[in-house]
Amino acid sequence: MISFFHYAIEILPDMLSGAWVTIQLAVVCITVGILFGMVLGVARVYSSKYIYWIVTGYVEFLRGTPCLLQLFFIYYGLGDMGLLLKPVIAAGIALGINTSVYQAEYFRGAIQSIKPGQMTAARAMGLSKWKAIRYVILPQALRLVIPSSSNEIIYMFKYTSVAFAVGVPELLAQAEINGAMNFRYFESYLLAAIIYIIMVFTVAKIMAIIEKKVYVPGLQLMQ
Amino acid sequence: MSTILEVKDLTKKFADIEVLKGISFKLKKGETLAVIGSSGSGKSTMLRCLNQLSPPDSGQVLLEGVNINAPGIDLNTVRADMGFVFQDFNLFIHLSVLDNVMFGPLRVRGMSKKEAREIAMNEIERVGMIDKIDFYPAQLSGGQQQRISIARALALRPKLILFDEPTSALDPELTGEVLSVMTGLANDGMTAIVVTHEMGFAQSVADKAIFIDQGVIVEQGVPEKMFAHPRHERTKLFLSNFVGLQ
Repeated sequence: MISFFHYAIEILPDMLSGAWVTIQLAVVCITVGILFGMVLGVARVYSSKYIYWIVTGYVEFLRGTPCLLQLFFIYYGLGDMGLLLKPVIAAGIALGINTSVYQAEYFRGAIQSIKPGQMTAARAMGLSKWKAIRYVILPQALRLVIPSSSNEIIYMFKYTSVAFAVGVPELLAQAEINGAMNFRYFESYLLAAIIYIIMVFTVAKIMAIIEKKVYVPGLQLMQ
Repeated sequence: MSTILEVKDLTKKFADIEVLKGISFKLKKGETLAVIGSSGSGKSTMLRCLNQLSPPDSGQVLLEGVNINAPGIDLNTVRADMGFVFQDFNLFIHLSVLDNVMFGPLRVRGMSKKEAREIAMNEIERVGMIDKIDFYPAQLSGGQQQRISIARALALRPKLILFDEPTSALDPELTGEVLSVMTGLANDGMTAIVVTHEMGFAQSVADKAIFIDQGVIVEQGVPEKMFAHPRHERTKLFLSNFVGLQ
């Protein structure tokens, strides 16, 4: 036990720098994911048939393939075609796109759960469809989407670990490197696990606070 | 008084069912028109055709002489000029009472926050809800929600207001507060079309009434006269359902 603490303190700087990479990667991917997800979700509900099918195809394609395949495709596949990306950029793109389709589905569900009368009332007042989406539908959808969106956000913090496969020095990569150098895999992975748990716990807390902050009486998903 | 709205030969079909079979009437500025008739007679459809929420198949809707059922008309401007009050209120549930009423001036009319707030406060005062400005719709009774939705419509400064069975979703003890707000509006000279089952209101407040049955106007006239001496058999039959009308 004592030796674990000694070892943990020794490798902590490396592990924290890995965690910092994980956090940055996750925050970028989540931001991209939510913004794209919102646009895709709105498009799946409100756009013309033509755009609907393009978006649906895009969502189904990305939901139907493993994230690791998508990452390899962007990093090695595109590299093969002459488009060489930095590992961290490739990981950001792959994970950002991947999470966006899940966010899109959550947004779609949230939008579809809003009573049609809300849109009708906005249109009856003389608002254009897009303004009605902007001022009436999205503010409600954003609140409704928080619980399911939070899951995806938490998931993303853990899923950034696939970036390890293309050599991004994130938390899992640091555990792996230190484990190999010191022949102490068990303790390295254990420390990584502890750091992941702390990150996820913190994010879950933050999301709960946000959910509480934007709460409006009468606005929640029907169970 | 000048004619503010003229409807000529309005028709509307849903699939194969003719819901409106040529509706025509005129409304003068400041008048309150009560539209009565049994459920499914086409009253609400007619109202939705007027502001094009449900575009009519043919016919004209002349708002201050301009046919708004014509190509090239900016429907958003037209709709802002015709307030609409729904049976089930449809207040924006994520906004407080004040924000709901400010919504029109702010987002539709493009006014500043200060102007919008001033207008909103006036209208909220008019419907007697000034002590509830920070409440959310879900925290209000049906009657209170309907009063706020009337204030929301008024805040757009519309040329006329369309009421679609404004008290039908309310418990009987809550209809009074909404009807008294509407009576106040009529007395203030607001032009209104009210689809309603409240015959007492129609009789005492409305200047004109039309009775719609199976998509046509069967009878129109001054409510007291029409209710007391209906000329048509169908009107008579419909009115006989209501107790207490002289």
